[in-house]
Amino acid sequence: MNETLQKKSAGAQLVGFLTKYAMVIALVVVFALFAFLTDGRLLYAQNMSNLMLQNGYVLVMACGMLLCILTGGNIDLSIGSVICLVGGLAATMITGNGMNAVLTIVICLLVGLLVGIWQGYWIGYVRIPPFITTLGGMFIFRGLGRLVLDNKTVAVQDSTFLNIFTAYIKIPGLDDGDVAVSALVVGVIAAIYVIFRTVRNRASRAKMGYRQNSAASDYIKAGLIAAIILYYCFLLSQYRGISVMLVWVLAICLIYNFITAKTAFGRYFYAVGGNEKATQLSGINTNKIYFVAYANMGLLAGLCGLLNVARVGSVNGSTGTSFEMDAIGACFIGGASAYGGSGTVGGVVIGALLLGVINMGMSIMGIGDSWQYVVKGGVLLVAVIFDVVTSRKSGKGN
Amino acid sequence: MANTILEMRSITKEFPGVKALDNVNLKVEQGEIHALIGENGAGKSTLMNVLSGTYPAGSYSGEIYYEGKLCQFKNQRDSEALGIVIIHQELALIPLLSIGENMFLGNEIRNKFGYIDWNKTFHEAERHMKQVGLNESAQTLIKDIGTGKQQLVEIAKAFSKDVKLLILDEPTSSLNDEDAKMLLDLLIEFKKNGLTSIIITHKLNEIIYCADKATIIRDGSTIETLVKGVDEFSEDRIIKGMVGRSMEDRYPAREHKVQDEISMEVRNWTVHHPLYHEKVVDDNVSFHVKKGEVVGFSGLQGAGRTELAMSIFGRSYGSGISGEVYINGEKVNLRTPEEAIHHGLAYVTEDRKTNGLILDESIRFNTTLARMDKVCRGGIIDVDKEIQVAEEMKEEMGTKAPSIEQRIGNLSGGNQQKALLGKWLFTEPDILIMDEPTRGIDVGAKYEIYCLINKMVSEGKSVVMISSELPELLGMCDRIYVMNEGRLLAEVNAADATQESIMGYIIHDTAAVS
Repeated sequence: MNETLQKKSAGAQLVGFLTKYAMVIALVVVFALFAFLTDGRLLYAQNMSNLMLQNGYVLVMACGMLLCILTGGNIDLSIGSVICLVGGLAATMITGNGMNAVLTIVICLLVGLLVGIWQGYWIGYVRIPPFITTLGGMFIFRGLGRLVLDNKTVAVQDSTFLNIFTAYIKIPGLDDGDVAVSALVVGVIAAIYVIFRTVRNRASRAKMGYRQNSAASDYIKAGLIAAIILYYCFLLSQYRGISVMLVWVLAICLIYNFITAKTAFGRYFYAVGGNEKATQLSGINTNKIYFVAYANMGLLAGLCGLLNVARVGSVNGSTGTSFEMDAIGACFIGGASAYGGSGTVGGVVIGALLLGVINMGMSIMGIGDSWQYVVKGGVLLVAVIFDVVTSRKSGKGN
Repeated sequence: MANTILEMRSITKEFPGVKALDNVNLKVEQGEIHALIGENGAGKSTLMNVLSGTYPAGSYSGEIYYEGKLCQFKNQRDSEALGIVIIHQELALIPLLSIGENMFLGNEIRNKFGYIDWNKTFHEAERHMKQVGLNESAQTLIKDIGTGKQQLVEIAKAFSKDVKLLILDEPTSSLNDEDAKMLLDLLIEFKKNGLTSIIITHKLNEIIYCADKATIIRDGSTIETLVKGVDEFSEDRIIKGMVGRSMEDRYPAREHKVQDEISMEVRNWTVHHPLYHEKVVDDNVSFHVKKGEVVGFSGLQGAGRTELAMSIFGRSYGSGISGEVYINGEKVNLRTPEEAIHHGLAYVTEDRKTNGLILDESIRFNTTLARMDKVCRGGIIDVDKEIQVAEEMKEEMGTKAPSIEQRIGNLSGGNQQKALLGKWLFTEPDILIMDEPTRGIDVGAKYEIYCLINKMVSEGKSVVMISSELPELLGMCDRIYVMNEGRLLAEVNAADATQESIMGYIIHDTAAVS
């Protein structure tokens, strides 16, 4: 009923800003808090480098999970089990049968995709509720994983395989010294690109006469992002440089950000979550959207299985247990709606990092697992409560 | 006259940034049917929410006197305790519970041990159901009875609360003419027993039919109260009060330029129910529409018109569909909505909230959804282009909204309908099937929708218009098909037809069948 455009007061603008960037602010606050509590140890180059590597698999899973959640708050419970199955396959193929690393990787990713197709078929085309389909998958693939492993712990030592996921980029001539110069170079290029893109975007908007954000807010934002990139790359250069794992994870995040934000196909996920019936009548095959969400989740779970086995170095029957919960938590902390239809990859990254910082900070402080669970659960709940309450106030989703 | 049961004095209610009600006065006499009229967003529902305590005392200014006493309701329970019961437009019934359970939900009859006394519950329920002429078992599930009967359940529920003042918010908006008339007759019947009713409706003929008084609200203020028998009490007079100008013609004039060329022809179309496969929903229906023509489909609810339209539109409804569709003389097989859209067909749903729009998304998002390929290059959205086309469509449709980034759920019904129409025009259809295109929107917005329809046919497009409002069909169409119980009864020229003649077909057919 209220369609009058209100002139926003400075106070309202501030509130709007705080709401929009609540999770970013929360991340900064939590980060600063742990940096303080750990006497700055959190900021050590090694720790900052590990932060991304330890949580890389969460980011990858969360990108896939986001697509599932977008379709209507649907989750995939089977990821942890798929990680065990695929990891187990990789380990037995390489260590047990001495198979070629690249071939193993291809086969493992295919297995992940097959798992996803299997679940996506039931969910998308037969309309079995995702919760039940993937609960079934959780048991089935855990069991299959243990069969493959024959209930043993299998280690992977094949250097080709490990290098594909865990090596650090070393460019001869550039990274020979103590400092990985390549990381610095990448940082500078990325920072320049961020600034350049902002300038170009503003220019094209000005040319077309579209509405602009204020120059100050655009440039401050770009400047901050560039500064963070530079600082992070500087830290990386102090500790072994850029890891291949980081490249994998960033590539996945960028690809999924592109799909969800820029492509028509990505938009259909939001449409299905917003109103499936209306989407269907708009000529969109909604069955296919569900199918792709879960097929894709399977593929990414497969990739996570590989990342995980490469990082940990071995697989056993309980590998990956409750990993999916971290992905789900990251999505919801990052602002995805539990009813579907809203959420961004950017938000999910923030959510995953928030969880990661809490984990790492508490580990450095020597606080045990038990308390980490309590704090993580609390953060998840608070984040969602905040989201629900603020969106109710702004009149969304009555 | 009788004594005043309710008086609302200088009610003012503000929401952040907008005054929804400004000094509204309403006086209702004991035992009358009082109509509350106004365009969408005029403040009728807000006023009733103030009265029922949904907006608690203190959140508005002004006074409410009920049966002579000043009332300050803190919630709906307070007002119900005094016999004020409101029935909302969207029925608050739970489909998978029985009639009896629904009627006493939150108000359960308990025995001395505190358990629910089911025998008494169902007995009481059926007693009240008889009062409203509903002959069903109280154990029937809500989902198994039609909307008309569901409405009766709501009224029976009100009776179970000892209602003295019954408020109905658009009670007939989802009913067909027959059920609507029955409901209104029921209100007139209750009036004789001393029940006072306030009825909010857009259907002016209903007001003329049953109301004793009509209070008109415009832009949050009371304009006037018309009294039957004292003031002029006609549709034109009421419209004049609502829009502040007299609307010479409710249907914009159009040059009838029907071309000879047939744009779509449907032959022997038969559709079965999606779940009960043996039930025939549409039985051997054949029709056609020409370029530049508006063809109407008249019939009662359940006549199979929506089902006909949706089954043609890429088999979005039904099972066991048979028959042929020809578009521009060529036989087509439209298996999905996508194929239908690519053959130039558009279906503008009757239920914009459930089937039409994605309420949480913006006007821009909704506008391009059905034809993303038009704003994409290689699957990548060209946002600049999308903004441009959404702006253009908003302009063309006359959608009133601060910007195309506005969440569509926040728009009024009329503007949502325009946005929905814009979404389908964006698909560049040659044939538009419009299902109840003016349902639940105000007179002003209706007129604008009619103008848009005229514009489309003047461009050589074809419009198939399904409507339960006969005057609308007669005012807008070139030809009208009459349907009943899944069968096509008649095809008439709108110029020769009258409301009586069309209703005649339906009544005679219904009588013949039963």
